[in-house]
Amino acid sequence: MAEILVLADHTGGEVKKVTCELLTLARQFGEPAAVWIGSGAEAGQAKLAEYGAAKVYVAADGELVDYVVAPTAEVLAHLVAAKSPAAVLVAATAEGKEVAGRLAVKTDSGVLTDVVGLGDGLVAEQSIFGGAIIVQSRVRSGVPVIAVRPNSTAPVAAPAAATMEPVSVALSDTAKAAKITERVVAQRGERPDLTEAAIVISGGRGVGGAENFALIERLADSLGAAVGASRAATDAGWYPHQFQVGQTGKTVSPQLYMAIGISGAIQHRAGMQTSKTIIAINKDPEAPIFELADFGVVGDLFKVVPQLVDEIEKRK
Amino acid sequence: MNIVVCLKQVPDTWAERKLNPSDSTLDRESVDGVMNEIDEYAVEEALRLTEAHGGEVTVLTMGPEKAAETIRKALSMGADKAVHLVDDALHGSDAVQTSYALAQVLRKIGFDLVILGSESTDARMGVLAAMLAERLSLPQLSLANKVEIDGTTARIQRQTDYGFDRVQASLPAVVSVVEKINEPRYPSFKGIMAAKKKPVTRLTVAEAEIDPAKVGLAAALTEVTGFAQRPPRQAGVIVKDEGDGGAKAAGFLAAQKFI
Repeated sequence: MAEILVLADHTGGEVKKVTCELLTLARQFGEPAAVWIGSGAEAGQAKLAEYGAAKVYVAADGELVDYVVAPTAEVLAHLVAAKSPAAVLVAATAEGKEVAGRLAVKTDSGVLTDVVGLGDGLVAEQSIFGGAIIVQSRVRSGVPVIAVRPNSTAPVAAPAAATMEPVSVALSDTAKAAKITERVVAQRGERPDLTEAAIVISGGRGVGGAENFALIERLADSLGAAVGASRAATDAGWYPHQFQVGQTGKTVSPQLYMAIGISGAIQHRAGMQTSKTIIAINKDPEAPIFELADFGVVGDLFKVVPQLVDEIEKRK
Repeated sequence: MNIVVCLKQVPDTWAERKLNPSDSTLDRESVDGVMNEIDEYAVEEALRLTEAHGGEVTVLTMGPEKAAETIRKALSMGADKAVHLVDDALHGSDAVQTSYALAQVLRKIGFDLVILGSESTDARMGVLAAMLAERLSLPQLSLANKVEIDGTTARIQRQTDYGFDRVQASLPAVVSVVEKINEPRYPSFKGIMAAKKKPVTRLTVAEAEIDPAKVGLAAALTEVTGFAQRPPRQAGVIVKDEGDGGAKAAGFLAAQKFI
């Protein structure tokens, strides 16, 4: 059975949930082989084994993580040539998609991004134009390079060996052209990643100011959720841009999405329309967000949200 | 410093966007085309860099005749000249093919810096800067929320989920910018008038030395096999807050087993 390469997403030796999702998907189409770039593979091995990785290709050379994207694409291209996998799966994060793009050019292969489902023959489902249209597409040339959105499938354990195999790639000079000189981590507490989170709580124009985002954060923390923001809120400087949900920000697809003080313009809907369950809290009964909501409260968020937080705490 | 900004004309987000039933490509005819929003930030950044360091801004777009409108907008913002790659043979090209075609043109016209928007609002793939860097064997300075040029060195802040990375490279390089890097200017009346006299070079596939066998729908590396309108979401329960809105929302969360 041909291998399916799955690029592992990890921080500090911890395997991200999306990687377990990709391994789960990969099992339908071949033998999943995880690809680990950088240090910490030993720490991640158990998790990769739990979700069905037969092998783990480990490219641990410290140099690989010192440059933007290109080294990862070179490692993957090397493995594509050496192992002839049936497909390469990566997480459809901003960086994952860039890896996919470079790999597709290197291997002269088709690339699909923001995939939300994979069916027979690796036919991919994508959701386009702000979620208005569902498209089926496939790669018809080269080794399919497919970037799958986090939360597209539920991770299911299926233990395998996760045999570690070291990989050594001599980086080209081009791969070393964009050097990362410093990683700056903004202090944002212990909240889950926005694109990976099972629950996302977003605030918009109705939140009214940067200081009021503390209320959104309180609700998020009561549910173990990530915090997002609409474009109106990030444009106003109330919350950092990397948390913007919408057409020119992140696309999220959590189990539960709560839009608080967000009217629900197409710009925003494009980033959250595929969420499984949607709750809206807005004082304007005509706000388009209510058209999407499974449950909506028309009211003042400064009254509704504190009460909601209290109720959640009571029920814990 | 010569900067080329790659632009894309996209269907207006506010319009109903469609695919052509015949070949599953984007229907560009039935809706208004606008400059891809994030590309405005790319144009602005290029203008600011040349204002500070000297040089020229050339805008480059690949697209049908209609895409000339987007070129005109960039010229009225202040770009100096434009190249329009326009040829029916390009219709239906996918991302890999588009990066090939644009790389051919970029090689021909030369540059110190290429600047793109981080993604387009229609396809939203966010891959083109990475692909161009790969094709041109140049540094990839993508997802920048800050760009600084110091002689032949470029430094950016690359936006990440955890904050940002500081990244450094030598010119020439490929930069992509995220929204919020700057505040794009509006074209002035003077700018709009001046744009009419600025040179726009039209290139065909042959003139750009693009192999016609490598572009277009028939040669695409990916294909759309079907599409359909998403079924509308079922109408939800909307309640008016009568002092119990938060409690009711909590009740819904409990019923759905979120708490």
